[in-house]
Amino acid sequence: MADETPAEAPPPEPTPLERLGHAIAALPGVTGISIHLGELQAAATREGLIATMTALRDDPRFAFEQLMDLAGVDWPERAERFDVVYNLLSVSLNQRVRVIVATDAETPVASVHEVWPAATWWEREAWDLFGIVFSGQPDLRRILTDYGFEGHPLRKDFPLTGYIEVRYDEDRKAVVYEPVKLTQDFRNFDFLSPWEALTTLPGDEKVLQARAKG
Amino acid sequence: MDDIVTTRQQIEIDSHSINFGPQHPAAHGVLRLILELDGEIVERADPHIGLLHRGTEKLIEHKTYMQSVPYFDRLDYVSPMCEEHAFAIAVEKLLGITPPDRGQWIRVLFAEITRVLNHLLNLTTYALDVGAITPALWGFEEREKLMEFHEAASGARLHANYFRPGGVAKDLPAGLTDRIGEWAETFPKFMDDLETLLTSNRIWKQRTVDIGVFSAEQALAWGFSGPPLRASGVPWDLRRSQPYDKYAEVDFNVPVARNGDCYDRYLIRLAEIRESLIIIKQCLAKMKPGPVKVADNKFSPPKRGEMKRSMEALIHHFKLYTEGYHVPAGSTYSVVETPKGEFGVYLVADGTNKPYRCKIRSTGFAFLQAVDVMAKRHMLADVCAIIGSLDIVFGEIDR
Repeated sequence: MADETPAEAPPPEPTPLERLGHAIAALPGVTGISIHLGELQAAATREGLIATMTALRDDPRFAFEQLMDLAGVDWPERAERFDVVYNLLSVSLNQRVRVIVATDAETPVASVHEVWPAATWWEREAWDLFGIVFSGQPDLRRILTDYGFEGHPLRKDFPLTGYIEVRYDEDRKAVVYEPVKLTQDFRNFDFLSPWEALTTLPGDEKVLQARAKG
Repeated sequence: MDDIVTTRQQIEIDSHSINFGPQHPAAHGVLRLILELDGEIVERADPHIGLLHRGTEKLIEHKTYMQSVPYFDRLDYVSPMCEEHAFAIAVEKLLGITPPDRGQWIRVLFAEITRVLNHLLNLTTYALDVGAITPALWGFEEREKLMEFHEAASGARLHANYFRPGGVAKDLPAGLTDRIGEWAETFPKFMDDLETLLTSNRIWKQRTVDIGVFSAEQALAWGFSGPPLRASGVPWDLRRSQPYDKYAEVDFNVPVARNGDCYDRYLIRLAEIRESLIIIKQCLAKMKPGPVKVADNKFSPPKRGEMKRSMEALIHHFKLYTEGYHVPAGSTYSVVETPKGEFGVYLVADGTNKPYRCKIRSTGFAFLQAVDVMAKRHMLADVCAIIGSLDIVFGEIDR
C-alpha cells in the first residue's frame, strides 16, 4: 500500500490537535493517544498520574486549567475493569483532552484534588457509584446514594431495580426499608435482532466466497 | 468503690451546626446543607446531595438512544431543551449525521428562549431568597409566555422531548415565529422594569455586592463555567469559543464582569437575557423553510401520512420505536453552553442500540461543591444569596 503513494508527496501538515496529541504523548506517564471524532484521548498510567496531570495543568503548551468532568466506566470483562476518565479543558488555549486511567476494584488511583480542587466531589461520585478507590482523597464519603447505602449502583453487575426499596409506613409512622418486591418481572427485551447486521442470508454462501476473493 | 476515680472533662464548643434544608425555600430544591456556625458566621458548609438521585445514568444504559432523550428534560427542569441539546449533539457526533439548517436554527432559537426562561427564574427567585418578592411575581408571568412557546413547539410546557438526535421532533406550528418576534419586541420593556426593581436597589446591593467573591483563579480551579465563571472575569462562552449548531453564524456579545461577587453574577445574567434576545431575532431573520430533521428514516421517524401508504415507512417506524438505531462504537464528550454553564455528556457507545455509559456533567455539581469555600466567614443569611447566585437546580446535580 505504502509504495503506491508517490515518494515526493510531503506528509500532510499536522493539525493543531495532532500537534497537541504528539506533545501529550511525549509525557512520561502517557502510554498512547488517539484522535476520534475530533476529540483527543490519552491513555495514562496509574503510576505518576499526579505528575502527568500537573504537567498538563502547568505546562504552557497544555495549560489545562480546568477539570470539567471525572467519570468512571465499568468494563467487567477486563482484568482492570474500571476506566477513570478525566475531561480537561484549557480556557486560555481553547483545547480539550480526555485522559483515561484503568484500575480495578482494589487498586487505588491517586486523587487529583490537589491539582484541581474540583475533583473531590467527582471522585466521591466515582467511589459511590463504581467503588473506585482514590488514594490521598481525605473526603471519600458517598455522595449521591442514600445514607447507609450498600453496593455500587453503576457497576454493570448491579441490577437496575436495586435491592432495597423505601416507603413510608402509615402504621409505623416511619420510613421503612424493605427488599425490592417487583409486581411484574423486570422486562429486558433483546432488541438486537440479527436481521440488520446479517448481510448474508443462510444458503447464500457464494456471496461470502466472492467477498473473500476480494 | 472509693478507688474509682471519676474524671470530669469540660469541653467547650463554640461552634454549633444547623441543618439548612432539605425542606427550605431558599435551598432551591432538596439541598441539605450542614452549616457549622460560629455565632452567625459560617465556618464550614457541607452540602449533602443526592436526595433527588434517580439513577438517570443507570436508566439510560437500559434505554435506547431515543428513549433516553426525555431523561434530559428531567435533569435541569428549568432549562430542559438545553440539556437535550447536549445529548442530541453527542449522539449525532457518534452517528456522523448533521441536522438540516432549519433544524439547527430552531435548536438555537429554542436554546435561547430556554436561556431567558432559566435566567428569569433564577434572577427572580434569587431576589426572593434575599427578600424581594415583586420580581418573582412579575417574572413568572413572563415565563408563562415563554412556556407557551415551548408548548406550541413541542406539546409540553416543561418536559419538551423536542431536540432529538438528527434535528428536532417536528417543525414549528404556523404563526409561532411571528408570536416569538412580537414577544422579543415587547420583552425589553419588562427587563427595564425588572432592573428598576433591583439593579440600583440599595437593599439588593447591600445583600449581594462583595458577597461570595470568587477570583478567576478560584473559579477555574473549582471547575466553574457559565455566568459564575464570566462574573469572575474569564471571557469564556462555549457558544463563542466552541460553537455548535448555528452559533457560529450569529452575532452576540459575551458579557464579562470583574468582581466575581453575587451582584456581578446577577448582572451577567441580566446582560445575557438581552444578548439572547439579539440571537432570537437573528434566528427568526435567518431561518428558512425546509426540513427540520435528517431525511434518513434510519434515524428519524417517517411522516404519519407516509406510513399509511408506504410499507417501507411502516417498517422504519416500527424498527425505530422498538429496536432504535445502532450507534457505532466510540466515545465522545460533547458540551453545550446551557444557561447555567457547561453541560456535558460523556457518551460511550458499544455498537448496540443502547448507550454503554452516559456520564452527565452537570453544571451545578461544580458550583455547589465550591459553596464551602465561597461561604466561609460569611453571615448565615449570605448563604442564601450565594446559593441563589449560583443558579443551582437539583434535578441535574443529583441526576
